Amino acid sequence: MRQDDNLSKSIDWLTVGFYAFFVVAGWLNVFAAVYDAEAHQNIFDFSLNSGKQLVWIGTSAVLIILILVIDYKFYNTFAYIMYGFMILLLIATIFLGTEAKGSRSWFEIGSLRIQPAEFAKFITALALATYLGKINIKFEKLQTKLVCALIIGLPAICILLQNETGSVLVFSAFILVLYREGLSPIILILGFVGVILFILALIFPPNVIAQVIVGLGILALIYVITSRKKSTKVRTLVIRSCFVLVGCIVCIATAFSVDFFVNKVLQDHQRKRILVLVNPDIDPLGAGYNVTQSKIAIGSGEFLGKGFLEGTQTKFDFVPEQSTDFIFCTIGEEHGWLGSTILIVMYVLFMMRLVYLAERQKDKFARIYGYSVACIIFFHFMVNIGMTIGIFPVIGIPLPFFSYGGSSLWSFTILLFIFLKLDAHRRQLLSH
Amino acid sequence: MFRDRKNIVQLIFILTGAVFIVRLFFIQVLDSRYKFEAQNNVMRRIIEYPYRGLIYDRKGKILVFNTPVFDLMVVPKEVQIKDTATFCKRFGITKEEFVKKIKEAREYSTVKPTAFLKQLSIADFAKVQDFLIDYPGFYPQARTIRSYPHKSLANALGYIGEISKKQLEKQENKYYLQGDYIGISGLEANYEELLRGQRGVKYMMVNVRGVEKGSFRDGIYDTISVPGENLYTSIDLELQQYGEKLMENKIGSVVAIEPGTGEILAFVSSPSYDPNILAGRHFSENYRKLEKDSLKPLFNRPLMAMYPPGSIFKIVQALVGQQMGILTPHTTFACNRSWGPNCHNHPSPQNLLGSIQWSCNPYYYMAFRNMIQQGKNDNKFKDSRIGYIQWRDLIMSYGFGQKLGVDLPNMKAGYIPSPEFYDKWYGYNGWKHSTIRSLDIGQGEVMIVPIQMANMAATIANQGFYYAPHFIKHIGKNNEVPEQYKEKHYAKVDKKYYPVIIDAMEMVVSGGTASIFNRIDGMKVCGKTGTVENPHGKDHSVYITFAPKEDPKIAIAVFVENAGFGAMTAAPIARLMMEKYLNDTITKPHIEKYILEKDFIHRNKTALKK
Repeated sequence: MRQDDNLSKSIDWLTVGFYAFFVVAGWLNVFAAVYDAEAHQNIFDFSLNSGKQLVWIGTSAVLIILILVIDYKFYNTFAYIMYGFMILLLIATIFLGTEAKGSRSWFEIGSLRIQPAEFAKFITALALATYLGKINIKFEKLQTKLVCALIIGLPAICILLQNETGSVLVFSAFILVLYREGLSPIILILGFVGVILFILALIFPPNVIAQVIVGLGILALIYVITSRKKSTKVRTLVIRSCFVLVGCIVCIATAFSVDFFVNKVLQDHQRKRILVLVNPDIDPLGAGYNVTQSKIAIGSGEFLGKGFLEGTQTKFDFVPEQSTDFIFCTIGEEHGWLGSTILIVMYVLFMMRLVYLAERQKDKFARIYGYSVACIIFFHFMVNIGMTIGIFPVIGIPLPFFSYGGSSLWSFTILLFIFLKLDAHRRQLLSH
Repeated sequence: MFRDRKNIVQLIFILTGAVFIVRLFFIQVLDSRYKFEAQNNVMRRIIEYPYRGLIYDRKGKILVFNTPVFDLMVVPKEVQIKDTATFCKRFGITKEEFVKKIKEAREYSTVKPTAFLKQLSIADFAKVQDFLIDYPGFYPQARTIRSYPHKSLANALGYIGEISKKQLEKQENKYYLQGDYIGISGLEANYEELLRGQRGVKYMMVNVRGVEKGSFRDGIYDTISVPGENLYTSIDLELQQYGEKLMENKIGSVVAIEPGTGEILAFVSSPSYDPNILAGRHFSENYRKLEKDSLKPLFNRPLMAMYPPGSIFKIVQALVGQQMGILTPHTTFACNRSWGPNCHNHPSPQNLLGSIQWSCNPYYYMAFRNMIQQGKNDNKFKDSRIGYIQWRDLIMSYGFGQKLGVDLPNMKAGYIPSPEFYDKWYGYNGWKHSTIRSLDIGQGEVMIVPIQMANMAATIANQGFYYAPHFIKHIGKNNEVPEQYKEKHYAKVDKKYYPVIIDAMEMVVSGGTASIFNRIDGMKVCGKTGTVENPHGKDHSVYITFAPKEDPKIAIAVFVENAGFGAMTAAPIARLMMEKYLNDTITKPHIEKYILEKDFIHRNKTALKK
C-alpha cells in the first residue's frame, strides 16, 4: 500500500496527461479517418478501426499497471536477457514471420499479430542504457563506442533483413542519445551536411555540384592563404590547405556516390520514393501519389479545418494508410493549421518534458533510457509528420500514441511508462 | 559532463516543430491550390441528359423519336480481365481494338469512367449483359439515340452527333462538354437549343474508387434536367413519302408549300438516305460512305442545288414586265425565231397569256429587251444599266438571290447577277441587252434553288406576297408559329397584274405545254413547265404549280435533273402529289406507273450497313 501511495505521488502526472491526450486524440482521429456518414457508425463499433483501437488502449492500460507494479530494478537487471531474447525473436521472424507487402516482420500467434521490431526499440534502449550506465564505462574509449554500435546495430540488421526499412531508420535516433553522452558533434554535423549534399545531389547532376564545390574550395584556399598572420607557420598552412582539399574531395565523392547509389544501386520503386521527395510530380500516380494526396488533404484543411468528421480526402481513401502512417492528414484536414499547430506544439512540449525528466535523473542508466525514449519519439514525430507534408521521403512509421495499431501503441506505451516508473523511483535509484 | 548538450537536443526538437508549423502554414493557409484539388478529387459531376424533343408531322405522326441505347463504360483502375481473348470474343471486338480502347481510357483517367463501347442497341446489350458480372470495372450507361420510324425526310431533319472540337471551342456560353450530342444539320441543328432541353447536373462525392458517397454540400449546386421541347412540323408525312417514292431513281427536288401560311408540306431531296443509318454506332462509317457517294445523298438539294430556272422564269418576267409598264395583257410579239431563240410549234403571234401558255421564247426575248433598254438614255449601254437595275430590283422581290429565312441551316441564296458582276466581265457600260439576253427565259447567269421556285409559285398563288417557307408549326407549349413566319413579304409587283398570269398558268395545264398529264378533273390547276438547258448533259425538267386556282392550298416546285422536257417528268410528279394532297386519291394510276418506271440514274445502289 505504501509503495502505491508513493507511486501516485512520485509519478510525473504531466507526462501521463500528455500521453492521455495523444491517445484519446488519436482514437478520435482514427474514427474520423474511416468515418462514413451514411453508415451511422459508432466510434465504439469493434468492426471499425476505432473500436479495435479502443481495445488496444484498454490493453495498454493493463500494460501500464503491469509496468508500474513490476519492481523498478527489473528493467536494469534483465535488460541483457530481454535483449538476447529479442534478438532471437527477430531472427526467428526473418524465417518464420508472415509475409506482408514484401516484408517479413509479423508474427502470428493465433489471431494475435505482433511485430517484434516494434518492441526492439525499448529493449535496445534498455540494453544501451544498462551498458553505458555502468560506473566503470567511459564513453571516450573506442571499445565503448564499438559496443554501443553493436548493441544498436544488431537488432537494426535483423530488422533490415525483415525488409522493414522504416523501423531500421528509427535506430538512428540513438545517435542523438549518444551525442548527449559525449559523442562528437562532428558526427551530427557531418550527418547534417551529408543530408544536404544528398538532397542537392538529387536535384542537380553531380558534375554541377562538383564544379560548385571546386569553386568554393578555391575560395576557401584563398582565404586560408591570405588570412594567415605572420606568426602562422608554413606547416599549419599546409595542414589547413590539406584539410580544405580533403573536404572538397569527400564532398564531391559523396555527390557522385549518391548519384551512383540512387541510379544504379537502388531498386526502381525505392529510387522513385526518394526522387518524388524533390519533385512529387515525377510520378503523380505512383510513388508521388501518397505525398500528393496527403498534401491535398492537409492543404484543404486551411486555417481552421473542415471540422470533426467533415473531411473528405482521408475518409474517402484518397490518402492511403489514413489510419496508420498518414493519420496526421486527418488532423490537417479536419482541424486545419490551428489544430495541426496545437498538436505539433504538444509533441514538442512533451518531448522537452521528457528531456527535462531525463536530465533530473541522478542515475546514468535512467537518464540514458530517458533520452532514448525522447529521441525515439522525436524520430517518429519528425519522419511521420515530415513525410505527410512532403519534406521527408515516405517511410512507413507510425505517429507515436496516435496512429492506429496495437503493436505500435503497446510498444510506445511500454517505452514511455518504463521511463516514468524509473523516474518515479529516481531517489531510490540514486542510492543504488 | 555534456549537460549543456540537453539544450542542443531540445533546440533540435523545437526547430523541427517550428519547420513543420511554417511548412503547414504554407500548405494550408497561403496555398489555395490544395483546396481545389481536394474538391476535384472528391467531386463527381453526374450529368443527367434530358430527353431530346420529338419531331412530329402536321397530322401528329411521329417523325423522330428516341431509342434507348447503352454505352459500355469502363473504369480502368477497376478492370480485372483474366482472359482477354474470351472478353474480346464476347464483346465482338478485336484484340487490337481492346488494347487501343483501354489505353485511351487510361490516358483520360484511371478512376473516371470512359465509354468503352458506344451505343449498343438493346438487342446487342442483351447479348453481353450476362457477362458483365465477370468483368469488374465495366458497367452500362443508358442514353438515347434518334430513331426514324418512317425513314423519310432525312435531309430536312438532319442528324445529331458528337460535338466537334471546333464547335466546343467556338460556343459562347460553354454549355456543351466533350462527348455531348448536338444537332449537326437540318432541323436538329436549327432548333437545337429547344430540342435538346436543359442538362441537369448532380454533384456527388465519391471515394477514391469512384463509389458515390452522398451529394456534395447537400446538393446546393445541383440543377434538374429539363426535357427538350417537341417540335411540330408542317410536313405532311404521307405526301412526303409519296414524293420520295415518285423521285426514286431521279436526281432532284420536290418542294410543296401551303401558300396561305408558308408551311412546307413536302421537302424531297433525291437521292436521299435512311436517316437511321446516321443515328447509330455506325455513324462515322456510314457518313463516310454517304459522303463518297457520287450522287451526293447528303446534299440538301431543295435548299442548296442552284440551277437556272428555265422557262418557269417567264412567269416573273411577265409580272415584272407589266409592273415596268413594258407588257400589258394585250402586248403581242410574233414567234420570230430569227431573233435567235428557238421555240415550240404553236400559233403565232401570241399575247401575254398565250406567251405563257405556249412558253414562247421569242416573246420573252422581245419583252426582256424592252425592259432592259427602255430608251431612257441614248447610250444603249447606259440605258441597259438603268433598265437592268430596275428589273433586278423587282425580280429579287420574289425572294430570288436571297435566303428566304427557311428554318434550316445552310440555304443557298441563288444568284441574280448584280450590274457590277457584268461590269467585271464586260467593263463598265460594256454590256447591254444583247449581252445578257439569255436571262429572258431563265438561262445564263441566273441561279435559283428549288425552294425559291416553290416560293415563287406560292407568291403567285397569293397574288403578290409570300410567307418565308418554314417547317415549324409550333414547338413545345407555345402554340404559335414564330413571329418571323407570320410576316407577309410583298413582291414589288402590283396585285392587279396577277390575274392574267394565273389565267395563263391555268391554260398551261388545261390546254398548253403541260396539258398531257396534268389536268385533274373537277379542279382548276395552274402551272408552268420549264426545260433547263444543260451544257453538261441532258436538259433538266422543271415545273411549278399551284391549285386550286380560286383558293390555292398547295404550291409545288419539282426539279428533276437530266429528265428532259418539264412536261414529261417534273409536271406529272407535281400533278400526282397535288392530287394526293388535295384529293387523297390517284385517279390516273398509269401516270403514277409511268413516273415510277422512270430511271435517270442507272446505277447499283451501294449497300449501306445498318
